[in-house]
Amino acid sequence: MSEQFVILFPTSAHVMRAEKLLKDAGLSCRLIPVPRQLSSDCGICLIVLQEEAETACALLKDRRVDFDTVAAIPAQ
Amino acid sequence: MIYLDNAATSWPKAPGVAEAITRFLTDVGANPGRSGHRLSIEAARMVSTVRELTAGLFGAPDPLRVVFTLNVTHAINVALHGLLRPGDHVVTSSVEHNSMIRPLNTLGQAGISFTAVPCASDGSLDPADIEAAITPATVMIALTHASNVLGTLLPSADIGAIARKRGLLFLLDAASTAGCVPIDMPADKIDLLAFTGHKALLGPTGTGGLVIGERVDPARIMPVFQGGTGSRSATETQPPFLPDLLECGTLNTTGLAGLGAALAWITAAGINRIQTTCRAHTRLLLERLHAVPGVGVYGPRNPRLQTATVSFNIKGMSPSQAGQLLDERFGILCRVGLHCAPRAHVTAGSFPQGTIRFSPGIFTTHDDITTAVDAVACLSREACCE
Ligand SMILES: Cc1ncc(COP(=O)(O)O)c(C=O)c1O
Repeated sequence: MSEQFVILFPTSAHVMRAEKLLKDAGLSCRLIPVPRQLSSDCGICLIVLQEEAETACALLKDRRVDFDTVAAIPAQ
Repeated sequence: MIYLDNAATSWPKAPGVAEAITRFLTDVGANPGRSGHRLSIEAARMVSTVRELTAGLFGAPDPLRVVFTLNVTHAINVALHGLLRPGDHVVTSSVEHNSMIRPLNTLGQAGISFTAVPCASDGSLDPADIEAAITPATVMIALTHASNVLGTLLPSADIGAIARKRGLLFLLDAASTAGCVPIDMPADKIDLLAFTGHKALLGPTGTGGLVIGERVDPARIMPVFQGGTGSRSATETQPPFLPDLLECGTLNTTGLAGLGAALAWITAAGINRIQTTCRAHTRLLLERLHAVPGVGVYGPRNPRLQTATVSFNIKGMSPSQAGQLLDERFGILCRVGLHCAPRAHVTAGSFPQGTIRFSPGIFTTHDDITTAVDAVACLSREACCE
């Protein structure tokens, strides 16, 4: 089972911005409630494919969208 | 009924605004950014779309630097109170709305001074006069994009260039131009753009915002309000990142849903086309008013140099009397008297009696304007014969 990457954000505005940037860049990403084992205040986060995680993070950094931590979780 | 008070607030609103508000209240309603459930996510997505549309309309590269406020007055206060410190000096103009002058006067008590550079009686402003008013203590040029009394457009791009050259921040009050005059923050060198959603942006009241340019470090902004943001809930201090730093308390999501529909309509219609229509209204209104004996028009009297806001007076009749008769006898709705900008009236020579102000909007028709001016002609005839 391949792992997926969870990206956490400080606030929902950043989640939404990130979702749009990643989708516009053709990366696959999904908005999900923050998984139980993690914690984030805004309650939502993005999940990306493991193989695209690096590209996704680089893009977000480049566009200056803050993200808190990236955690790998087993795909459901 | 003919509504010529779009400078106070636009009406009717853009097609789809009322429906978007109803849809949000009926089908979504939840608080964005506070919870992880589907309706909260949908609300957050709606707000995010409005942020993107706003940034797009003003050429702002980063939608996260769009901070929503209740109106332009709120946005100007966030910028002035947030960035100015004791000893600072601000350069502004003599045609500012009270939304600029009152906070600046209040800040005077905190040791912040300002110079209101005089405009000519038609409201026009020479950028060289702005530059000459800069002192070693000046940190900001804060200006309206257009006079809300005279319609006069101020040379914002030239003044933005001066601000950039002299290392100053440039705050633009786009209350009367956002939605009907093209605005490009990077090209016009605008560091802080304050806008209101309910005028030419054709959205509901209770919406507006401050767009913060790349040169402004959020760490320098002292938030006027502090409170809940849905983020960093474990800490008892304001989050340092935008938009949360300046956006606390539950947003006016209902209004933003409407503003989103308005922005989508404006973006599809195109600002240049809207501006062309407004110029045609202005041209017709000016031509017709000019031909009425006993009517004196203020401002540049040139559709290229002003917004579709035209102030005038009827000889022998007070503005308040004219306003009442226009409403009661002719069903023409406009604003009369002093329009929240006393210094602009002093500049134009219409203080303290004020003016009659006609402000057509994008949905005003040719017939509306000719009918309204016919009514003015009728009142003017009566005033001169009595
Ligand atoms: C130039 C200007 N600034 C500020 C305002 C105040 O707008 P609001 O009441 O939406 O804050 C207006 C309109 O009333 C205006 O025309």
